[in-house]
Formats: sequence, structure tokens, C-alpha cells
Amino acid sequence: MSSVAATADSAGHDHDHGHHAHVDDHLALLKAVPFWSTDHKVIGIQFLLTTLVMMMVGGALALGVRWQLAFPWENMPIIGAFFPASAGGQVTPEFYTMLFTMHATVMIFLVIIPVLAGAFGNFLIPLMIGADDMAFPLLNALSFWVMLPAIFFFGMSFVWNDGWGPNAGPGAGWTSYPALSAIKAAAPGSGWAQFWWLMGVTCVGFSSMMGSINYMTTIINMRAPGMTLLRMPLTIWGMFITAVLQAFALPVLTAAGFMLVADRTLGTCFFIPSGLVVNNAAPTVGGGQTLLWQHLFWFYSHPAVYIMVLPAMGMVSDMLACMSRKPIFGYKPMVYSLAAIAGLGFIVWGHHMFISGMNPALGMTFMISTIMIALPSAVKVFNWIGTIWGGKPEFNVIFLNCVAFVSMFIVGGLSGIFMAAVPVDIYIHDTYFIVAHFHYVLFGSTLFAVFGAIHFWYPKMFGRFMSEGWGKLHFFLTFIGFNGTFFPMHLLGVAGMPRRYADPYLYPYLEHLLPLNQFMTVSAAVMGFAQFILIGNFIFSLFSSRKAGRNPWNANGLEWHAPSPPGHGNFDIPAVVYRGPYEYSSPEHDSDYWPQAEVPKPVVEHESETTPKIAPA
Amino acid sequence: MKWFWCLFFAFWPTLTVALCLASPGLGWWFPGEAASPLGQRIDDLFYLILIICTIAFIGTQAGLAYVLFRGAYDTEPEAVTKKAWHSHGSHELEVIWSVIPAIVLLFIAFYQMDVWAEYRVKSAFPRDKMETALKRVNQKRTTKDSLALAEVTARQFEWLIRYPGFNDDGTLKPLMKDPQPTDLYAVNDLHLPASAPVMINLRTMDVQHSFFLPELRIKQDAVPGLTIPIWLEANKQQTYQLLCAELCGWGHYKMKARFVAESDENFIEYLRQLEREQNEDRVDDEPEPSDE
Ligand code: HEM
Ligand SMILES: [Cu+2]
Ligand SMILES: [Cu+2]
Repeated sequence: MSSVAATADSAGHDHDHGHHAHVDDHLALLKAVPFWSTDHKVIGIQFLLTTLVMMMVGGALALGVRWQLAFPWENMPIIGAFFPASAGGQVTPEFYTMLFTMHATVMIFLVIIPVLAGAFGNFLIPLMIGADDMAFPLLNALSFWVMLPAIFFFGMSFVWNDGWGPNAGPGAGWTSYPALSAIKAAAPGSGWAQFWWLMGVTCVGFSSMMGSINYMTTIINMRAPGMTLLRMPLTIWGMFITAVLQAFALPVLTAAGFMLVADRTLGTCFFIPSGLVVNNAAPTVGGGQTLLWQHLFWFYSHPAVYIMVLPAMGMVSDMLACMSRKPIFGYKPMVYSLAAIAGLGFIVWGHHMFISGMNPALGMTFMISTIMIALPSAVKVFNWIGTIWGGKPEFNVIFLNCVAFVSMFIVGGLSGIFMAAVPVDIYIHDTYFIVAHFHYVLFGSTLFAVFGAIHFWYPKMFGRFMSEGWGKLHFFLTFIGFNGTFFPMHLLGVAGMPRRYADPYLYPYLEHLLPLNQFMTVSAAVMGFAQFILIGNFIFSLFSSRKAGRNPWNANGLEWHAPSPPGHGNFDIPAVVYRGPYEYSSPEHDSDYWPQAEVPKPVVEHESETTPKIAPA
Repeated sequence: MKWFWCLFFAFWPTLTVALCLASPGLGWWFPGEAASPLGQRIDDLFYLILIICTIAFIGTQAGLAYVLFRGAYDTEPEAVTKKAWHSHGSHELEVIWSVIPAIVLLFIAFYQMDVWAEYRVKSAFPRDKMETALKRVNQKRTTKDSLALAEVTARQFEWLIRYPGFNDDGTLKPLMKDPQPTDLYAVNDLHLPASAPVMINLRTMDVQHSFFLPELRIKQDAVPGLTIPIWLEANKQQTYQLLCAELCGWGHYKMKARFVAESDENFIEYLRQLEREQNEDRVDDEPEPSDE
């Protein structure tokens, strides 16, 4: 026990934080952040802070996109001045392509994936399964540190393309379809910028891969006594299945990335067909297939959207159960549907390619598998609603964000059905309908889950609560701003407005959409600025908010068995698991929660030697 | 506060539905009636799915609002001491709410297959009708020749169109795979007969593009190295918009062209005019350089 004395709650006394030698030891984890550490909690917080910063960067880029759509060709305030590519602050078409390419790249590769797996995966997995750290702490630290070169590469891709300045920035979208991304003459950003971009993606891939190996090993091998597979919290299930997805899908993207780099540098032609004439330049030799890239890319990137939502689904399940004081509705179906989504996730990549010219018979098979993926998703939604049903929810920030998750996920899931029906997809593919759909899933659900999770696990990270009032204001503005920004995108899509258009108003049939676009941009700005509230709340709460004990939410998970913040090695009292994670409001127990690690009361009357009574999972 | 949040979560779906109902009136909806029979069927399918999804949307959101409301109600002072309902779920309910969506989803999946097949599967193309259309414009072809009446080649950032030329007897030649000396060319201006299915071949000479006719609800990627047949049928003699829907570089947004659906006579007359222009003045022959 004394091995954990270095930080908070030294000797395992679970009360009275009044007299410690180190006054501000709730910042212990944070203080370690700038330095090399192999402690999973520190790494988790390193990821969290990095992704929060990146979220602001990605948001600023998105506002650049929105600026152009609302006030086409007018000088952009603030950001415009910083980028020479934006002649005098005007968003040139070249700059516009960079903006949305980098926006998506940053949001996906540097925000959503690392915040879920990197930040929460790292922080929570060992704590929730009762381990003292990850299986490979060194690898874990590396998985964070290779994010930094990735950020550097992405940064370079934005400013360096055959020289500094104008025309820098990759312009092939985050999907980087060849030949645009493979032939240097194809676009202003297809030179070095595209190369940096590919290096960045590769680095991020390394990071995820290291994490994924670690998570799988840790979850399989390092569970506390009694933590059977079917007593694992759904967060852990989400993280585990995500790790499996990563491990199988990611190598494909990495391989594809190397092939593309080879095409660009070594003169191979994996993705460049014969006989192209690009930009009046001499014919490029070929023999490759651009569709090959799409298959390889989506073979990773479709599962990746589940990588971007499964951990969030898990966390929401845990938070909803705790806040509603109810067991999760249908634990096993929740696990199975996570697995089913992941399994089906591997055979639906082609739904990004319905109109790509691939064999139409393939289109049909992909369509059926895609439509069927709606099924486990629907089961999850019903079960979340079932979890709140008959509960006693406390309407705090965490609960609100979780409800928003469910509510937004419903929209994202339903709009998915339109696109899964191929004939409808013929029309709405590559219009704003798609943009609406994936923002509802990625931002609307995932990010709300992350906001909730930040408030939920903050006390564990720093031993203090975040401010409830500011949290609610942040939620309120984000929710309103979010729907104001993204709901109308469905309408734009139905109206036939293509995505990635620097100036849709060039087309008479889209002219009347300008006011709607302006409304969306204003909403987006509101939402963007609301994020400062979150950041501010995060920082100020470190110093000036209520202290939290070990188990501030009266929750069941093992992480609440450890001190807040947990010291090195996590548990001062060894964790043994006696029951499932969702024994809330059990009639067999006095209080309305029953922690997984609470030792069952021996049954005294009968025999002197009793084995602990173990409640059913 | 609880009431506030309950209303908040009930309010926004209501607003959403209201907005969708109002949108067609406000012009935030399809660009007009679908201008082709296939487009009409796509629209019908869209509306069918819209109805199903609206029901699911209202159902789930109402369910969510209801359980929130009950939760809020249950935490009124007298109920504070009570525990929440301890239930690990209900097997029957879960079977019900898996089977019903499964049936609905399978229905959607199978119901829309025909439309897809007709659009993309070659053996389901309306071949007979296309043959008649070709006869109407007096094309002389053998069964081996392509059914296509024009070849559309995308390139940054314009659409190059190639038509077959005329035989000496005044009939139209079939469109050959490779360019012929008598072929006729145009840029950003696609003319085809209206009111009959006609086929075009889609290609690209540089990066990927996508051939998008919003009013006809037609879209098809142009993929480097592939020649993809598309058929289309415009209901009316009219000019439609032709856009590029796949990111093809910085000028993606300005790949603007038009599609003129016209009577058979006007179509022939248009080709004749192209022929005259090309014979008299070889300047127009060269596509204009696309720098801007
Ligand atoms: C969770 C956060 C977000 C994620 C994961 C995300 C992801 C993406 C992705 C993948 C794209 C597609 C870009 C492309 O066409 O290649 C995109 C586009 C876009 N995003 Fe986001 N985004 C997020 C947040 C935001 C926010 C906060 C805004 C608004 C302020 C925004 C506005 C846009 C817009 C307007 C586009 C369209 C660009 C285009 O025309 O293609 N996004 N986003
Ligand atoms: Cu194009
Ligand atoms: Cu384009």
C-alpha cells in the first residue's frame, strides 16, 4: 500500500482529505503531463489535452469553410490574415479545398479517434478492469509521442508544398482519392503537401496500432479477480471491440498509404491507370486502378467510423446507467450488438462506392449488409431508452450530454438508411446530405458522449468537480448550435447542393440557399465559441471547484474504488470483483448502488466459515 | 430545471419535423419534380423511406421524451427516497424491437433493388427503347455497335463531349470506342434527344469526376481508366444543369455545363451545325484552355 503514497489519498483512507503534506496533489497527474511518463493515466490526460487543442484547431478550419459558404469570396476575418494562400484574407478555391481537407483530417485523425481510444481508453481501461497499468506501458507512452510527429507532419502539409506559403496544403480531401492525390501535377496541393499528409496519417496509424495491441492484451490478461468477460462495463467492451477493429483494419490503410507514397516517389503505378493526361502534361505511365485505393481506403475508414463511435457508445451506456440509477437495459444484447456492428462494419465499406463504377452486383451485397447494420444500432437505441425508463435521472451535465448522444445518434442512424438504399444514394451521394449524416454521427453523438465523459471522469482525473452551471451553458449552446448548423444540411442535400464546392451559388438552382447557409454559419460560430466555455471550465475547475471523493457519483465501476486521482499503480486497496457493473437500485442492497468491488457481507447467522455470497452478474 | 430539459428534448424533434414539413414550401427541397422516369422512382423511394424514418424518428424521440418525463416526475419530493426500477431488461421486448426493424429494413432492401438494377445493371437497361431512340435519329448501326449516342469525357475542369458524325447518305454513324475523323466535338454542352432513353459513355482523362444531373437525379463517377455507360431519359425538352460531384481539384465547383434535352430534329440539326462549324473553322475544334 505504501507504494502508492506518492499522490493523493495516500494510505487508502477513503475520507477526509484535509491534512495532506502535499497541498495540491489533485494536480499530480497533470503535473506529470509535460514529461515522459509511462503511467496510463498521465498518457490519457496527455491525449485528452492534445485532442482538446486539436478540436479548437479543427473547429477554426471548419469555420473557415462555413465562412466561404455564407459570404462567398469576401475577406475572411481573423484566420484569413494568417494564411498567405488566402489572398488578402479571401478564401481562394485552392485555400478552400485545403480548409475542408485539413478540417476533416484534424477532426478525424487528431480529435475523435485519439480522444476516444487515446484519452479515455488509456485513462479508463486499467482502472475499470482493476489493473495497475497497461500491459505494455512503454509502448503506451510511445503511442502518445508518435502523435506529435503526426501533428508536425499535418502542420507541414498546411504550410509547405514545394516551398512555403501560397498554394500549400493538400487538396484531395481527407479521402485522398487518386489520381488527384497520386499525380503531382493534378492539383496545387498534390506536391509535397500531399506527401506530408500521408506521413501524418501513417504516424497516426502507428499510434493507434500501438494503442490497439495494448488494449487487447490488457483487457484479456489483466483483469482483476472476479472480472469475468460478462462483468466488464460496456465502456471496456466498446474499447475492446474497437481495438480489435483497429488491429485488423489499420494495416490495410497503412499498406495503401505506402503504396501511394511509392506511386508518388518511386514511380510505381498501383493507383494510376494508363493513358491519363493531367493538366495538359505528358501522359503518365500506368496500369493501376484508382478504385483499388477506394477499396483499401474504405476497408479501413469505414470500420474507422465505428472506431469513432463504439467506445462512445460504451461510455454512454455506463454514464446513463449511473445517472438513471438503473442497470443497463439488456446488458448482453448491448455487448452482442457492439460485436455485430463491428463484424458487419467490415463488410460494408463498399457503401461509399455505390456510384464509383464498381460492379453493380457488389453494390447490392454492400447495400444489404449496410442496411442490416442499422439493426444492432436500433437495438442499442432502444436499450438506452429502456435504461432511462423507470429510472431516477439526475439532470446534470453528464446526463444531458448522454441524452443528446442518444437523440443525435437516432438522427444519424436514420439518415444512414437513405444512403444505404442505393437508388436514393445515387442522388444524395456527395451532396450535403452526407455531410449532415456523418456530423450527426461523429459530432452529434461521439462528441456529446465525450463532453459527458469529460464531466463524468474529471473528478477521477483531478479530484475535483467541473462546474455544473458552466457545463450546462456549454451543453445548451452546443446543442442548439449543433442542430442549427447541421440539421439544415439535410435540406441542402435534398436540394442537390454538392459538397466541397467553394461557390455553390454559381448554379442558379442553388442560389436561394444562401440565406440558409448564412444561418448555419452563424449557428456554427455560436457552437464554436461555446467550446471556449468547455475549455475554460476545464481549466478553472482544476483550481477552484468542489473537491470530489473517491466515488462522487455513487457509481459501481472499479475506477471509483481507487483514490481520486489514483496514484501510480492505481489501487491502494486491491480490487476484487463480486458482481456486474450495473447493480443500481438493487432491492437486495441498502443503498441504490452496489460497487463491483464491495465485499459481500458474510452471512453471519448460519456458519462461522462462509464463502462470500456472489451476486449474479 | 428538469421540466425545462424535458421540454428541451421534446422541443427540438418537434421543430425538426416542422422544418421538414415547411421546407418544400420554402424551396429547400428537391430541385423541381424529377425530370426523368427513373428519377421519379428514386423520389418515390426517397419519400417512402422518409415516411418510415419519420415514424421511427417520432416514435423514438417521443419514447425518449416520455422516459425523461417519467424520470423527472418520479423525482418529485415524495418519490425521492424510492429506488429506481431494478430491471436488467426484458427479453420479449428486445425480441420485438429487433424483429420489427429487421422486417422493415429487409423490406426496404429488397423493395429498392429493381431501381438500382435498372440504373446500373447492363442487362436490365431498357435496351429496346434505346434502340428505337437511335432509329428515330436515323442512326445506322449493327448489333455489335455501341448503343451510346455520345461520349462524355471529364477533365479538370470541363466536360468534353464527342458525338459520332454523319455518313454520306445522311444517316448518323454509330459511336466508336476510339475517336474517328468524322466525330463531332463540343465542350460543356451536352445535347441529347428527350423523351427516350439514350445512353452515353462516361470517361475521364485525368482525375476522378462525377457526372451529376440533379434534376434527373442521376449521378455517376467518372473513373480514370474506365468507360462507364449511363443511360438517361429526360421527360421534357428543356435545358438542365450538369455538375461535377466528385472532388477533382481546386476548380471542382466550377465544372459547370448544361444538358439540353431536345426533339430529335433539333438534335440532328445541332449535330449538323457542329459539323458545319468544324468543317469551316477548325478553331472551335480545340477545347478552350481551362485556366482561370
Ligand atoms: C466532431 C467534430 C467534427 C468532425 C469529426 C468533422 C468531420 C468532417 C468531415 C469528415 C468532413 C468531410 C470533409 C470532406 O468533404 O472531405 C467535414 C466537412 C465539413 N465540416 Fe466537419 N467535422 C466536425 C466538426 C465540425 C464543426 C464544428 C463544423 C462547423 C463549425 C463542421 C463543419 C463542416 C463543414 C461545413 C464541412 C463541409 C466541407 C465540404 O464542403 O466538404 N464540422 N467535417
Ligand atoms: Cu470534376
Ligand atoms: Cu469535381
